[in-house]
Amino acid sequence: MAEFRMPSLGADMDAGTLVAWHLAVGDHVTRGDIVAEVDTDKSVIDVETFATGTVEAILVSEGQRVPVGTPLAIIREDAEVPQKDVVAPHEGPAAPHEGAAATREGAVPAHEAGPAVRDAAGAPVPGPDSRAGRRPVSPLARRHARSLGVDLADVTGTGPDGVVTTADVERFAAARGTAERGPAERGPAERATAEPGGAEPVAAGQVAPARAPLSGAERQSALRRAVAASMARSKREIPHYYLATDVDASRAVRWLDDRNRVLPVTQRVLPAALLLKATALALRETPDLNGFWEDGAFRAAEHVHLGVAVALRGGGLVAPAIHDADLLPLDDLMTRLRDLVGRARAGGLRSSEMSDPTITVTSLGDQGVDLVMPVIYPPQVAIVGIGRIRERPWAVDGMLGVRPIVTLTLAADHRVTDGHRGAQFLTALDRLLQDPEAL
Amino acid sequence: MDETTIRSTVLRVLGEVAPEVELGTVDPAEDLRDQLDLDSMDILNLAIGLFQATGVEVPERDYARIVTVDGCVAYLAAALAST
Repeated sequence: MAEFRMPSLGADMDAGTLVAWHLAVGDHVTRGDIVAEVDTDKSVIDVETFATGTVEAILVSEGQRVPVGTPLAIIREDAEVPQKDVVAPHEGPAAPHEGAAATREGAVPAHEAGPAVRDAAGAPVPGPDSRAGRRPVSPLARRHARSLGVDLADVTGTGPDGVVTTADVERFAAARGTAERGPAERGPAERATAEPGGAEPVAAGQVAPARAPLSGAERQSALRRAVAASMARSKREIPHYYLATDVDASRAVRWLDDRNRVLPVTQRVLPAALLLKATALALRETPDLNGFWEDGAFRAAEHVHLGVAVALRGGGLVAPAIHDADLLPLDDLMTRLRDLVGRARAGGLRSSEMSDPTITVTSLGDQGVDLVMPVIYPPQVAIVGIGRIRERPWAVDGMLGVRPIVTLTLAADHRVTDGHRGAQFLTALDRLLQDPEAL
Repeated sequence: MDETTIRSTVLRVLGEVAPEVELGTVDPAEDLRDQLDLDSMDILNLAIGLFQATGVEVPERDYARIVTVDGCVAYLAAALAST
């Protein structure tokens, strides 16, 4: 039995709003499936499941805001024996999260988290992949329920063999709109049910959350607050040390120029991708820069998941991860980078990308600055800064020439490493960039 | 493709690259990097979008000529006329 909980999508997240479910009771889900959308106030994230199995209960309905760690759904994992007692949905978050208890105005307290799913709770489902326990629901009614924020498990079916019909969903939504919901939450359901004229009032996949979505300005200020909390914590708790080195980028730049000249525009690679790959490989040589400071000790990460700081044009930034960046061929890394930046700005980042970067890279070269002194994202223990690639006088073997130079910086947590180890990292990075074909 | 079509194509692609931008407020003569805070990733995406819409490939050495809306239109018009 797996509890699907409100995930922590970054160290600064206390609570999230369940915007939309992509599953229903009886559905079979596979680890990695996107099963829900969660609004962290900073952005709306597609949340993946870690469990493979059958959805037995949905504990939190769309539009509810709950603390990190609150069980959202119960998934009976494949090959598991069905249990009679489903975990009581009215418990608070089992894993206390720093500051998670703070309930903001308009938030849903944990003890009110979601209606219990009556029929699913007591009725064991025979086989691991069986749909026998699933409520019969017409696809149109299912879409309709989603759009109205109705939990199908609460609706009594009046169709043949107890099938839940669109009319049942609308009746339920109308009744709920006047009986159960508070005035602030009543809006979408009432509006939708007040105009039943159209064949399909709400388009498929459209969601009407009970909690009004944040406006651009509200999201902006929430994002600012989150960045502020995270960076203040970093500066308060992490004893940073800083190192910088100028790297001759002429080989890397020339190699990329030659490569991009002959390849179609869709396959061009930016210097940023090359620098990310080199960073990921250098971290293999200095694994104690890649991981987390937790409970007073360092825990090395098993993979290199490079967080990429992406500036949002309205202000603020997010730093989602490119997974296993050290293992990705350069072309693939570039494709992932383009995809990640696009989704960071347009929406659609995934929970795993938000929750598991093992180190972050920030590149401000496009802004024309030479040197970045970055601030570590807790609980990470290091961050790499990339400046502008610019032509500088450069002396080699007693001769002066003009070369493209990039200044690379490292800010690292002195509780975990010393300058000596940091210097080894920057030296490795320089060495790797001198052999771009190998990246 | 006449200039009006090219211009509307450029603006559509720009809207895809930077969806948060109010296209009506874009100054066609001003550098998009300053005006809309576009970075090198955005310029690459612009080049890819223009290629996909028109078949014209903008080599990296010509990126400086597509950093304004007017520049994009002139570049594409010239490239399409010579094919």
